[in-house]
Formats: sequence, C-alpha cells, structure tokens
Amino acid sequence: MKKVSVSFTLNGDLVTAEVPPNWTLLKTLREYFELTGAKEGCGVGECGACTVIVDGDAINSCIYPILEVEGKSVTTIEGVASKDGALHPLQKAFLENNGVQCGFCTSGMIMSSKALLDHNPDPTEDEIRASIAGNLCRCTGYVQIVESIKNAAEMIKQEK
Amino acid sequence: MNDFEYLMPTTINEAISLHEKYGEGAKYIAGGTDVIVKIKEGKISPQCLISLRHLQGLDNIIYEKGELRIGAMVTHRMLELSPVIRNEFPVLADAVENIGSVQIRNVATIGGNIVNAVPSADGAVPLIALGAEVRVIGPKEARIIALEDFFIGPGQTSLKTGEILVEFLIPKLLSHTGAAYWKHTRRAAMELPILGVAVLISLDDDMKTCTEARIGLGVVAPTPMRAKNAEAILKGSKVDEEILKKAGKAAAQECKPRDSSRGKAWYRRDMVELFVQRMAKVAMERAH
Ligand SMILES: Cc1cc2nc3c(=O)[nH]c(=O)nc-3n(C[C@H](O)[C@H](O)[C@H](O)COP(=O)(O)OP(=O)(O)OC[C@H]3O[C@@H](n4cnc5c(N)ncnc54)[C@H](O)[C@@H]3O)c2cc1C
Ligand code: FES
Ligand code: FES
Repeated sequence: MKKVSVSFTLNGDLVTAEVPPNWTLLKTLREYFELTGAKEGCGVGECGACTVIVDGDAINSCIYPILEVEGKSVTTIEGVASKDGALHPLQKAFLENNGVQCGFCTSGMIMSSKALLDHNPDPTEDEIRASIAGNLCRCTGYVQIVESIKNAAEMIKQEK
Repeated sequence: MNDFEYLMPTTINEAISLHEKYGEGAKYIAGGTDVIVKIKEGKISPQCLISLRHLQGLDNIIYEKGELRIGAMVTHRMLELSPVIRNEFPVLADAVENIGSVQIRNVATIGGNIVNAVPSADGAVPLIALGAEVRVIGPKEARIIALEDFFIGPGQTSLKTGEILVEFLIPKLLSHTGAAYWKHTRRAAMELPILGVAVLISLDDDMKTCTEARIGLGVVAPTPMRAKNAEAILKGSKVDEEILKKAGKAAAQECKPRDSSRGKAWYRRDMVELFVQRMAKVAMERAH
C-alpha cells in the first residue's frame, strides 16, 4: 500500500514518518520508531497498555489513526525521564512503592497518571483511580499503583 | 487492518463530496473509538476513511439565552470538564463522565456515540430527556430531526448516505427544571450499561407540581426510548412517593427489555421501576 508522510513532535523532537495510512500511532511508534515502551495488550481500547500523551491528553495509541498526529505533540514513556537520564518523580515513585511488578501495564499507567498530574498536581484518591480506570493491571491489585501516584504528587510538590 | 485511504477534509462540503466520490467504500470517522475497533475486528472494511476532525466549528459548546448547542465533534471529555455542562446540565455530565476511560473520553465524540445508535449509547438517553434535536447536513439538504426520531433500530439511524450530524440543539429548559441520569453497571468503570435511565422534571413555583416530565430509557428496547406513560403520570401531579411509585411501575411496563448476557429482562424491568423513582428524586433536588 502507498505510504504517506506524517510529521509531528515526538518526545520533544520534530520527526517525520513514512507509513501506510492504515497504521495506528502505536504501530508507528513500535515498528517505525522502534519505541517499544508503549505496549499492545488488547489492541481495541480496553486495557490502556498503549497509552501515550497527545497534546497533553492521555489516549489509546492502538486505535489512534497515525495521520491524526500530524502537527501534534506526542509523549511516550521514553520521553518522560529528562534528557540527562534523571527519572521523573512518577518513575521513581513506581520503583520505590512496588508499583511495578511484571511491568506490562507500567508505561501506560505512568502516561495516564502523568496526564493527570500535569493537569491536576494535587489529585484526590478518587481522581487518581478515575484517571487509571482504563489501565488494567494483572499483577499489583492497584493499591501500590495508587500509592505510587500519591507519592509522586508529593515529590513534585516538594520539588517546587 | 484492511488497507484504506485516510482523508482529512476541512469543510463539510468537501467531506460530503469525498463521501459521494468514494460511494459504498467511504466511511466517516470522528474519534474512531468505534470505527477503528470494528475495522480491527474485521466487522467493516471501508476503502476510505473520511475524518471529521478537521471540520471547522464542530467542536463548540455554546450556551446562549438558555439554549445549548453541542457540536457533533465535541468529545465526552470536553463535556465532562465543561463548567456549563456541570452546572446547568449535570444530567449530561452524569452520562459522559462514565463513558469508557479517560483515554476513550479524550477522543470519542458525542456525535459518534449517537450515530453509532447502539441501544446502550450513554449519550442518547440524557439528550432525549433534554428534548434534544440534531442538525444534519447532507448532499441534498440540511435538516433538523428530534433525537428520539433519529434512531430507527439497533445500529440504525435516519441519516441518509453522506449525511453528517453537525450539532445537537437543546431548547431552553422551563424554570425549576432538574434532570439526572443513572448508568446501571456491575463494575465501576469500563462497562456498557445494563440499563440507562434519565429523568427530567420541571416544577411549578410551588416546587411540588410537575409541569413537564421527560424520561429516557436505554438498553430496554431496540433503540433508546421515552417512557411516555410514566411521564403522563407525573405531569400535572404533585410529586410524592406514591406518584413516583406509579410512574416507576408504568415505565417498567412500557419498556421492552430482552434477556442478554449483561442482564435478564425481568431484572431490567425491576431496575427501571427503581431508578425512574431515584432519578426523579435527584432531578427534583437539582431543580432550582
Ligand atoms: C474501550 C471502549 C469503551 C467504551 N465505553 C462506552 C461507554 O461506556 N458508553 C458508550 O456509550 N459507549 C462506549 N464506547 C463506544 C464508543 O466509544 C462511543 O460510542 C463513542 O462516543 C463513539 O464516538 P467516536 O467519535 O469514537 O465515533 P467513531 O468511531 O468515529 O464513529 C462511530 C460511527 O459514527 C459515524 N459518525 C461519527 N461522527 C459522525 C458525524 N458527525 N456525522 C455522521 N456520522 C458520524 C461513523 O461513521 C461511525 O459509523 C466504548 C468504546 C470503547 C472502545
Ligand atoms: S492495547 Fe490499546 S488499549 Fe489495549
Ligand atoms: S505490573 Fe504486571 S500488569 Fe501491572
């Protein structure tokens, strides 16, 4: 199938991809850019393993048509730590609070909670739970994940 | 996924002419939370997707002189976060804040929810209770249809080939009006409703006598429906426990639920009876 060209900002860098028009954002991230942090779990919007941030909002990249990112800004888990390698408070908090077990859901969990904290630095537990309602975890039972997000919010507050 | 072209027109006319050009193989796509999933599951295989995301002016929420207009491309998340919706039309917030996940709500549109026309569409029931109309533009004409007449059957609407749903028009509410929606599910999130109930009630200055009632029900008939017998019981009466019970019973009788994996018909009927009463109470608390 004839390829199309799409340009957007990916983790802060302007990029162009040449891909078939029926590719999703997830497929492009994983197979064109070889950024495999976003995972394919269900492929149909149910599990959140593929969550990335587009123009500030968390979305399921597995059902996001690639051409719709033209001109937009996409952040994946690979763009969350600073360029010098220092981990984001969410990444630190997930490690310290056992928010990561097998790790399959983790990049999606962090992207959903990053979108939350970017908009709402002081969320209630209900708001935290609502923000990750679309992210399934088969390992942790969610308690440690919610603790991790609360802890990250505190770290961010203290940094300021 | 099957091969398809992906086109991004910027005007309604351009979108319609592309649809005419590609004919049978053309499909409009809004947020794509339904279209892409169906393509991935092999249920549809369009040759050409025509994106509606770049059409100007379809993503506004306009509240003027009591009338509300919601563009078809407004996402559930925009509605959920809109102060106008939260303060003046909380019945819509009740519905949209429980659709899918944040990730889904960030892209899924209210227009897509309605055109999909599944009996469980959460957006349809509160909009019917609000007396919404839809404005449609097509190759031949533009027209306005009452939302309750828009649905023909499961997955079927009265949209003709190439027509685009442009916006929802919600007329000014009477004074002392309140409305509430209940999405009945087994899980707290990420589930389609077993049943959806929206009740709108307008009260007289005495704050007791019902001057207008509209009840929308979802998942208990092939299309979202109004419970007109129950409405008639409420309208004109002083609303008390007894009247509410009667209205609940009437709604349970006039709906036509089926057994499905998500719930048995008898259970749905019982829950209609209960939630019509509960939502009527919330609606009255909200009326001011
Ligand atoms: C994980 C998941 C959870 C979900 N949860 C819920 C839920 O809780 N409640 C619920 O009601 N739904 C739910 N849905 C279904 C779906 O997301 C919604 O119905 C959504 O609102 C569809 O909107 P969209 O913009 O994504 O539509 P699309 O997928 O883009 O389009 C849907 C249909 O409408 C047509 N269309 C769209 N816009 C227009 C227009 N303006 N004019 C003419 N035709 C148009 C398209 O051609 C297509 O046939 C869920 C879906 C997923 C994947
Ligand atoms: S892989 Fe995208 S939501 Fe499951
Ligand atoms: S850590 Fe294994 S799925 Fe969440």
